[in-house]
Amino acid sequence: MNLSVTSGPSHAHEHEHQAVPSDAALRVKALESLLIEKGLIDPAALDALIDTYENKIGPRNGARVVARAWTDSAFKQRLLADADKAIAELGYGGMQGEHMVVVENTARIHNLIVCTLCSCYPWAVLGLPPVWYKSAPYRSRSVLDPRGVLREFGLDLDKEVEVRVWDSTADVRYLVLPERPTGTERLNEEQLAALVTRDSMIGVAKVSASVQGQRS
Amino acid sequence: MNGVHDMGGMHGMGPIQHEKNEPVFHERWEARAYGLSMAIGCLGKWTLDALRHQIELIPPADYLSMSYYEKWIAAIVELMVKNGLATQTEVETGKAAPGSSKMSPALTAAAVGPMVHNGAPNNRNVAVAPCFHRGQRVRARNLNPTGHTRLPRYARGRLGTIERHHGAFVFPDTNAHEGGENPQHVYSVRFTARELWGGTAPATDSVFVDMWESYLEPA
Repeated sequence: MNLSVTSGPSHAHEHEHQAVPSDAALRVKALESLLIEKGLIDPAALDALIDTYENKIGPRNGARVVARAWTDSAFKQRLLADADKAIAELGYGGMQGEHMVVVENTARIHNLIVCTLCSCYPWAVLGLPPVWYKSAPYRSRSVLDPRGVLREFGLDLDKEVEVRVWDSTADVRYLVLPERPTGTERLNEEQLAALVTRDSMIGVAKVSASVQGQRS
Repeated sequence: MNGVHDMGGMHGMGPIQHEKNEPVFHERWEARAYGLSMAIGCLGKWTLDALRHQIELIPPADYLSMSYYEKWIAAIVELMVKNGLATQTEVETGKAAPGSSKMSPALTAAAVGPMVHNGAPNNRNVAVAPCFHRGQRVRARNLNPTGHTRLPRYARGRLGTIERHHGAFVFPDTNAHEGGENPQHVYSVRFTARELWGGTAPATDSVFVDMWESYLEPA
């Protein structure tokens, strides 16, 4: 089995990339066993990392931040002024969320987050990014035609709304504070958090007052 | 480098494929690839900037056809061989060479929680004051380095306005190439959509790009 990869165009002829998942699965399995044999990795650490992002850290973290901001105006001010400190009040932060900035969507301003160069994403509050966020179609067009991208997500913005796209080219990770939907005045923080979707915190969707019919 | 990874502003990449109720990992090998890449990265043999650059070095046709974690594994293997963690033969056979040194200590399960919780902040204290201030007009330099850079092509040569000073951060252009951290001030720079894409772009819209100071010059 060939586990090697190319290091540049000049080596492209020497190795074959195989995009078939079953082959990738075999390659990763062989690589894992090699690295265990060499003492470079502990499989239990891999289990712990996977468990962290499958079960502990994900968009529910961000949803709690948003719901707190919707119900506590002093917290919202702190969140917009110094996101790291405010997010830490809820116990979140750390890896790929060390330097956070929160941008607020209003009736007049719509923010959208992208990483055109790779896949930078606020893991600490949203977990690992979805495939579409890391994909060429989203990365290429979000900066060029954000309104067209939003239409693909089913969101047609008025011409008067100002669109602000944030390209995560450095160490800052962005989170969108979506607009609180009307008709949610009686809901408590926990009920509000249940309405907040991952997509609304990236900026490709609005939050709906009902959980039904929402996207991810 | 002016690679295919620098795709902001390109056409023709197709529709966005949104998946409802998408799992964190679609297949177990992706989860293992993720964990493996993180765990081996913790050994400190290379920087995250070096990993990003190694992914950029994947030839364009492969870059566009490989899945996300296939690219990670390809880059990790290359970095392991470059940095002496494994030989090409070991990687190809999946077996450790007889008598090869056993490295330790590996990242343990107990260390994962603190690692995730603490993160790895890249901000640094620098003695020099920032060159630019909020509201100042700047131009993104027209730089075309062959190595790693975080200055996207679509912004080069364009006029923008300093929106925010983020502090000083490790400079990826050197840190990816064992050239040291060389921290610099980083700013959020606002470019109008019309400045970037011409007169047909909506006058209301803008793109904010985070930029190290040496990417910028006064306008």
